[in-house]
Amino acid sequence: MTHVLDPGTLAAGTRPGPGPGTPFDDVTRSDAALRAFLHGLSGVDQVGAEQRAATLGTRSIKTTAKAWAIDTAIAMIDLTTLEGADTPGKVRSLAAKARRPDPTDPSCPAVAAVCVYGDLAGVAREALEGTGIHVAAVATAFPSGRASREVKLADVRDAVANGADEIDMVIDRGAFLSGRYLEVFEEIVAVKEACGGAHLKVILETGELVTYDNARRASWLAMLAGADFIKTSTGKISPAATLPVCLVMLEAVRDFRAATGTQVGVKPAGGIRTTKDAVKHLVLVNETVGADWLSPDWFRLGASSLLNDLLLQRQKLRTGHYSGPDHVSVD
Amino acid sequence: MSSIFEYAPAPESRSIVDVAPSYGLFVDGEFVDGSGEAMKTVNPATEEVLSEIAVGTEADVDRAVKAARRAFTRVWGPMRPADRGKYLFRIARILQERAREFAVLESLDNGKPIRESRDVDVPLAAAHFFYHAGWADKLAHAGLGPDPRPHGVAGQVIPWNFPLLMLAWKVAPALATGNTVVLKPAETTPLTALLFAEVCRQADLPPGVVNIVTGAGDTGRAVVEHDDVDKVAFTGSTEVGRSIARAVAGTRKVLTLELGGKAANIVFDDAPIDQAVEGIVRGIFFNQGHVCCAGSRLLVQESVHDEVIASLQRRIGTLRVGDPLDKNTDIGAINSAEQLARIRELSDIGEAEGAHRWQPACELPDRGFWFPPTVFTDVSPAHRIARDEVFGPVLSVLTFRTPDEAVAKANNSTYGLSAGIWTEKGSRILAIADRLRAGVVWGNTFNQFDPTSPFGGYKQSGYGREGGRHGLAAYLRSTHP
Repeated sequence: MTHVLDPGTLAAGTRPGPGPGTPFDDVTRSDAALRAFLHGLSGVDQVGAEQRAATLGTRSIKTTAKAWAIDTAIAMIDLTTLEGADTPGKVRSLAAKARRPDPTDPSCPAVAAVCVYGDLAGVAREALEGTGIHVAAVATAFPSGRASREVKLADVRDAVANGADEIDMVIDRGAFLSGRYLEVFEEIVAVKEACGGAHLKVILETGELVTYDNARRASWLAMLAGADFIKTSTGKISPAATLPVCLVMLEAVRDFRAATGTQVGVKPAGGIRTTKDAVKHLVLVNETVGADWLSPDWFRLGASSLLNDLLLQRQKLRTGHYSGPDHVSVD
Repeated sequence: MSSIFEYAPAPESRSIVDVAPSYGLFVDGEFVDGSGEAMKTVNPATEEVLSEIAVGTEADVDRAVKAARRAFTRVWGPMRPADRGKYLFRIARILQERAREFAVLESLDNGKPIRESRDVDVPLAAAHFFYHAGWADKLAHAGLGPDPRPHGVAGQVIPWNFPLLMLAWKVAPALATGNTVVLKPAETTPLTALLFAEVCRQADLPPGVVNIVTGAGDTGRAVVEHDDVDKVAFTGSTEVGRSIARAVAGTRKVLTLELGGKAANIVFDDAPIDQAVEGIVRGIFFNQGHVCCAGSRLLVQESVHDEVIASLQRRIGTLRVGDPLDKNTDIGAINSAEQLARIRELSDIGEAEGAHRWQPACELPDRGFWFPPTVFTDVSPAHRIARDEVFGPVLSVLTFRTPDEAVAKANNSTYGLSAGIWTEKGSRILAIADRLRAGVVWGNTFNQFDPTSPFGGYKQSGYGREGGRHGLAAYLRSTHP
């Protein structure tokens, strides 16, 4: 008997489907149960994952496909400034760029969000009023996360009160690496509650978790705790976003949706600087989880310098020749 | 696959290759006419005729063997080993310099995707020449005695699945050890061998050291059966290998055979599933499954069967089948109408025997030879698709419950070329590998090749090894006291 496979099944279930109710409620009942669950996830072979990501990195995206990818990547950017020297002026200028990335071309899409420290969320909110562009704020003692739970939750509430509708939190890597998974879980749950209506992105800081096994476990841990997005990195640690780590996280959101019906977004952040990098990430999404994730609601690129390169490549496609750095605005 | 992100065509340009309307035989450093009636070589993706190829007769082969003998006696044999090494290094560098040309030509003539000819075939071919170039002046350290000697003239017959790479596997060790060569490329894929002849000239290789005689089965037989050939090396089907063994029996000729396979790819329940699925895909769909060591029998532990198969079905839906010269193509054309007929026949038998056939909904080009990536589930070890070599993009899925059962089923084959083991438990890889009757066993990977690693089979997969220190033994007479 011949069965023709339905092409729309890219992200369909790989694991046996769940029964009624939430299937993983009992795995967070104790530290031991959570550990058993996370360590029972299928391992990641480092060589194989890196080889797969490298192969997808050789896809050749040209002409119409490239034009689509560039516009999609622009619309997925969380335009970010996270410096000690940030000022209201800097944030307002970034917000202006977020609304009209290429002032010479009204067909250029706006970015998805502006990402700032919590104290500047209000400035960003005011500058972006009425645009539909989200205001994301990093919180929970970003980037190290080394503060008490009370301080972290206060940080979150403050950012939300200032107007952030997306919170980028960091997990407690120390607790994770010492195996106190339930503590990490409970903290994410508490932060999620403090977010209220704001979307929660959980930063795993995979550069500090080091192994792909850890990246997969942390992804599941965050999703079980209610993350709306899982995010690779703060951008303050190297390595930040890499293709293989993004691959592992995409596999995790795919499997999580298959098991629970809940879709979670992915945000690689840090180290994505060129159009080529961004396109490689889109290819990775396309061939790992499919079209369902190819929108700013489900995939974001955390970056600061990436946007200018995308704009230069966009101008090149439109005009046929390269312009120079003076044809895009400095940040 | 339909998606909002459709990749625009990204064809590699053909303009870098210059295919002549006809080619002669390469004998004694010159291109000469063949005495047989010329044959045509076609692009299997379009059925377009690429060129007319000379066909060597017994008389042509005799001239080539004489040239090889002369070169062996007068030039190549007496040459300082370090100088032989220099020629090999030079050939390796030229292969790298002309890599794009070779890759495009290989994809045109064979039908394999440019991504594979560019990233696998051609770099590996160059690597084989580099590796063996290094051996040329170190043969005393190969474990074959203080002064191992070449056999003389090597007659070599190679298949169509990796035309240039199989040439490199044969020619590089033969030359490094001081032998000279008469090589017969496959009937359907002679073009890169003829371009290699040009490389030999560019490298100033002395005339007669490498001779290339194109043709079909009769030409190959003339090479193998020629009285003045000292060493025969063949890669191809078990059926032809058998007839070569018969022809060579009772002569002084030394023989190595690299024949068919029906490799078991064993997935245990503690395997890294996502990478195992990639490995299964790489194992059977690499090079359209035209790989003697292809992982064509998937043995999956029953407890993860459904998960692995669902994942695999999803994955084959993303494989891009089409124009071999498009840089985004994963699966190219089947090499010939004959091969396509065989794949179809065996697949139909599989279905008639009661196995379930799974194929993605992919559109295949109208012209050329095409077969979609195919997975058969519910296959029993008694089915022909579990026993016969299909040599195409067709995977048979079987299950097992315990490690012992996995080993028993894996070894239950007349072949024994390769195998794969997927588990996160390192000790299990070693323990199982020890019990598998296969020449190459991959752990948590598949179809990974390297010139330093010997390759060859057990049972009806042939004998002798190619590559690594072991591979040198096939081209040298040991001088152990």
